[in-house]
Amino acid sequence: MTPSSTSAPHTSTAQPTDGTAPPTDGTAQPTDGSSAYEAGFTESASGRVYTVTGGDWEEILGAGEQDAERIVVNMGPQHPSTHGVLRIVLEIEGETVTETRLVIGYLHTGIEKSCEYRTWTQAVTFLTRADYLSPLYNEAAYCLSVEKLLGITDDIPERATVIRVLVMELQRIASHLVWLATGGMELGATTAMIFGFREREKVLDLLELITGLRMNHAFIRPGGLAQDLPDGAERAIREFLADMPKRIREYHRLLTGQPIWKARMVDVNVLDAAGCIALGVTGPVLRAAGLPWDLRKTMPYCGYETYEFDVPTALEADSFARYLVRLEEMGESLKIVEQCLDRLRPGPVMVADKKIAWPAQLSIGADGMGNSLAYIRSIMGTSMEALIHHFKLVTEGFRVPPGQVYTQIESPRGELGYHVVSDGGTRPFRVHVRDPSFVNLQAVPALTEGGQVADVIVGVASVDPVLGGVDR
Amino acid sequence: MTPPDGTPPDGTPPDGSSSAGPGSHDGARDETGAAANGAGELVGGGNGLRPGRRHDAFGAGGSGDTSGFGRLVAPAPVLAASERPFGDPDADAVYDALERVFPQLGDAVERAVVDRGELTLHVRREGLPALAQTLRDDPGLRFELLSSLSGVDYPDDATGRRLHSVVHLTSMTYRRRLRLEVSVADADPTVPSLTSVWPTADWHEREAYDLFGIVYTGHPGLTRIMMPDDWIGHPQRKDYPLGGIPVDYKGATVPPPDERRSYS
Repeated sequence: MTPSSTSAPHTSTAQPTDGTAPPTDGTAQPTDGSSAYEAGFTESASGRVYTVTGGDWEEILGAGEQDAERIVVNMGPQHPSTHGVLRIVLEIEGETVTETRLVIGYLHTGIEKSCEYRTWTQAVTFLTRADYLSPLYNEAAYCLSVEKLLGITDDIPERATVIRVLVMELQRIASHLVWLATGGMELGATTAMIFGFREREKVLDLLELITGLRMNHAFIRPGGLAQDLPDGAERAIREFLADMPKRIREYHRLLTGQPIWKARMVDVNVLDAAGCIALGVTGPVLRAAGLPWDLRKTMPYCGYETYEFDVPTALEADSFARYLVRLEEMGESLKIVEQCLDRLRPGPVMVADKKIAWPAQLSIGADGMGNSLAYIRSIMGTSMEALIHHFKLVTEGFRVPPGQVYTQIESPRGELGYHVVSDGGTRPFRVHVRDPSFVNLQAVPALTEGGQVADVIVGVASVDPVLGGVDR
Repeated sequence: MTPPDGTPPDGTPPDGSSSAGPGSHDGARDETGAAANGAGELVGGGNGLRPGRRHDAFGAGGSGDTSGFGRLVAPAPVLAASERPFGDPDADAVYDALERVFPQLGDAVERAVVDRGELTLHVRREGLPALAQTLRDDPGLRFELLSSLSGVDYPDDATGRRLHSVVHLTSMTYRRRLRLEVSVADADPTVPSLTSVWPTADWHEREAYDLFGIVYTGHPGLTRIMMPDDWIGHPQRKDYPLGGIPVDYKGATVPPPDERRSYS
């Protein structure tokens, strides 16, 4: 750690260069590779060439038979049961795991840094790609933060807030269904996989109808929503609400009493509530350990205190309890969606302040979706000031008063927090995502050490990590 | 590419007059001075823009004027310490409880700020471990959960301590939130680790170390977590370039995001 360490990276692979050779930094490392653990390198015309030689394992591990049973197994980052690019380094003796270490960062795309180079509204498009199984939660938490910075939290139209809750709860169902599908597949329950993805597709169809996209919607914007519900959305959602409860009963019939499913999950990967809190674990994992901590109830936002729903909990704190909690939560989300539909009243879906409201006047054109011709005629033909205002708002964006806020909401995986800092400019000064997957993954060693190798798969699955959110 | 930590082409000293961030304490600058200063500071755009500072539509910076015409000066953001009582029941309750059970409060906390209903304690790093232990264990405080820990880089911090380590605590018992902020200089970027109080701080601190270069003393294994182990530099600092290449599109060239026209 030196003060000069902020300079550009010399490892040229990730950093685009302008075609010339990267600067040589003779002070960085000796060229002969004096340390056993460092690769030596030589300079050449096309850049630095590293020479990696084999490690001297006897020197590191010592010779002898005392560790004959000790094996280090590298699982991932490319492995079907690691939910993306998660690398797990397991130290095992026979079939028993003695040490679990997780390696992340394979999906790090610098979303937080990219946001600092875009306007407040454009940042939504990046953040929605962080946790790709719950994009609307990312958008909602970020927009709630920006609205708090702007001081317009109370000005958000009622209809916009209700639709936000509606799409978030639909997405909770979709996210839990993906968990059921992938978790089931990892245990060999391919029917669970088929069922889970089948119903998730129905939710994605609904979200596509509402937002225009199956995933990465960028639908929730600072100040409200990109657009109102389309015609027919309410009917389609009601059809889904009528169908879904019997699907959930189907999952119970298929899995809840099934001997193999229970043998793999009951009393496996136990972590009690105290352990969860010490490790920062929230969401279904914490509720399956008996603590009914759900931010929708305990620190309500978006008017959740006015909805009627229960917080499912279990006491067993094992993988099976987490499965039951998630299944119950799907049913509770259906209740909330139904209440949202009942309280939808006509009205605006964007804040009235035209200095903030995104001018997304869209209509269905010949090509599916396009700008509203009436709106374009209005700004192009009748009001030069409106045109200037539109142009300024879209290119420059709005300013946000300086300060910092932290907003936390209950995502399908636990507490999703956004620490957003503004310096008073048109771009976020800093956006930090407290992603629940990132924090919950820290519990995997506690869940798996001392257990069987096969239970590592169950343990990772029961935490339900999404690597897009972990690495961001 | 311009060196990320290099001075801008006009060689303007970092006077902090338009410094960004809530941590700054700048005096107001009068309009004429700002206009004269701004006129002499036109820079060529692109990487000449100083990171973390405000610039107008034509790339001029240093005055707080973002209109481009040297007449309008945006006030420099100043967030001074808040007066007691804060007027926010949760913030007052937390501070009162701290005053009762933590006698070194005046030494440990530089200032307390209540902004938008959120209490921030700006903590001196020497006092952080004891304060954190009290916040977690005292029956009147009970901040059991460390929700989040993040780094923020304020290159123009008036105190010269540009790296801020920001902790968000949640009291599940009282349903309150609290923010602790520790700021350190780049030359001595050490902050006591909170892993012994909240084990969940482990990965958060590794991330802040990786992306900002804040060194957490007492951390059990402070290694990079997002970037490769042999990476040089801390990518989320403001003076670290975003990177990117120009893209050709239908005969025009779209510059990389950090070289496009910026309005702030």
